[in-house]
Amino acid sequence: MDAQTFTLRWGLGLVAALAALAAAAPLLAPYDPGEQLDPPTAMLRPPGTALAAVRLAGGGWLLADRVERRADGGLLLHRRGRGDEVLAAGQVSNLTAAGVADGRLFLLGSDKFGRDVASRMLYGARVSLAIGVVAVALAASLGIALGALAALGGPVLDMLIMRGLDALLAFPWLFLMVAVSALFRPGTTTLVLILGATAWPYISRLVRAELLSLQQREFILAARAMGQRPVVILFRHLLPNALAPVLVQAVLQVGVLILVESALSFLGIGIQPPTPSWGNMILEGQDELFQAWWVATFPGAALALTVIAFNLLGDGLRDLLDPRRAGATLPGS
Amino acid sequence: MTGFLLRRLAASLLLLVLVLSAVFFLIHLAPGDPTQILEDPRISAAQRAHLRQVFGLDRPLPEQYAAWLYAVAVRGDWGLSFAQRRPVTALLREALPATALLGTTALVVDFGLGTLLGVAAARRRGSAFDHLIRIVSLMLYSQPVFWLGLMAILLFSHAWHLLPSSHMHAVGAERMGAAESFFDLARHLLLPALVLGVPMAGATARFVRASLLEVMGRDYIRAARAKGLSERRVVWVHGLRNALVPIIQVFALTIPLLLSGSLITEVVFAWPGLGRATFEAILARDYPVILAITALTAVVVIASNFMADVLHAAADPRVREPSQGGRTA
Repeated sequence: MDAQTFTLRWGLGLVAALAALAAAAPLLAPYDPGEQLDPPTAMLRPPGTALAAVRLAGGGWLLADRVERRADGGLLLHRRGRGDEVLAAGQVSNLTAAGVADGRLFLLGSDKFGRDVASRMLYGARVSLAIGVVAVALAASLGIALGALAALGGPVLDMLIMRGLDALLAFPWLFLMVAVSALFRPGTTTLVLILGATAWPYISRLVRAELLSLQQREFILAARAMGQRPVVILFRHLLPNALAPVLVQAVLQVGVLILVESALSFLGIGIQPPTPSWGNMILEGQDELFQAWWVATFPGAALALTVIAFNLLGDGLRDLLDPRRAGATLPGS
Repeated sequence: MTGFLLRRLAASLLLLVLVLSAVFFLIHLAPGDPTQILEDPRISAAQRAHLRQVFGLDRPLPEQYAAWLYAVAVRGDWGLSFAQRRPVTALLREALPATALLGTTALVVDFGLGTLLGVAAARRRGSAFDHLIRIVSLMLYSQPVFWLGLMAILLFSHAWHLLPSSHMHAVGAERMGAAESFFDLARHLLLPALVLGVPMAGATARFVRASLLEVMGRDYIRAARAKGLSERRVVWVHGLRNALVPIIQVFALTIPLLLSGSLITEVVFAWPGLGRATFEAILARDYPVILAITALTAVVVIASNFMADVLHAAADPRVREPSQGGRTA
């Protein structure tokens, strides 16, 4: 397998797998992402911890490290943080001969509220992927429209758009985004708008360059000589031929924007708790980094893997669709 | 050349004014007011009105803008920090050296490691080693810096006790001798600089590789080889020197990335620089500080773009000529 096939195949495979995991989060997640499973017994448990779950006759659950049936039929609970507790048989509704019928497994550990890290990561994947894709769709629409306007709208418009674009590209985007998202009420919509607004220049510049070079080609001259209207030429001949590099850049931008979204969430001004996002999970895990490494480590690894997946896919697509530029474009550089 | 310089300079200044104005109006149009955070709820409405008057917040927006622009441009006065109640310039003077130190070290890591990887990949083009470097550099620039920072702290500070996890100096550093103090600073600098610089080296490696490969096909490289020069000399002297021209522009593009990255790195490592000052100012809605730092970062970025244009023009005369009416793709 050569290198091109390798990047494309792995990129496509990873992105598809991540999208499937995110889409199936409600089916796959063992628990509700916001459910606080009996803290302090369940808080900050390491990956792989299995606890017995005692169903109370009056409703609700108690978690315990170990349960024993007592001679009198009652239940002895060994609970971390609470000591031992005794329940009468009548108080428990899921009794079996040896103990209780249910259990809880924290596959990737639990956080300080006793929430399941794995479940939160699955739901966090939905947030990250959705925001990345929607923001890029927004950036692409804006970028294609303004890029086409710059290329075809005459020299004054071109100058104005390109200078505005230079200003945006010259800017340390994070400072601006941090300022904007701190000043306006943080929320998903604000975040998508900010991300989309900062990503369009990369796409605009590409679209403009593509259109300018396409305009010199014979088939466009022919279409014009045949008297086709400019709008028809734009939509039927120019844009379809300019789409390959735009698609590549869009895929790379999804990775970049997912990274930016989680950076903002990590700074506390992106996705707000209790909605789980990888960025705010890492922020919450930062406080217990030394006592509970898993809370910040796993969401970060998922984040890195996702960005790698989109960069691989973008790279592979470029090698396939746009070999001229192979190895030359980088996301958002 | 003079005409070119003047044109670029004028464009840079215009850009600077645009960016500053945009930031000023954006911040002032946003809901919320610093006096709400500045004082506790026991303060009376009259006192709050007085505060608004002292800071000039009661005047119309265009008037505030004109006053601010005048003070900044003519008197070099960036105003008072709402939260810290001292001149913004004093605050910046404290934070700037820390960021400059971190940024410069990270740049050295970035371009040092990036050039090594890029040249190594280009010399073995198409080999398994080349592909390995391609994948490794992709993985590097895909890393979330804040997570990488936490992982570095977890391993190097917490698990292995090799390096300090935060701040610029150890407690009691002011009583150390010069050598000891320098060593202490270097130990504190190493982790943040690596966390900031290594991911960027991934992107640099790609540029160096692409740029070097383009140059290595040229006639003067064949001539250098024909002279019997060693391959090492051909690559590192004849090839890399010419490949550096496009890399000058990459360098300018790196500056905004570096500043953004240093904001996060400084927050993670409690590094007392501009990034952390920005973060704190934003939490406190400290307008004058936000404005000043945004302006400062814009100046740095625009100046580095200007420098890159000048260096590029010096290296390549074709850049200097104004385009003859035709627009280039």
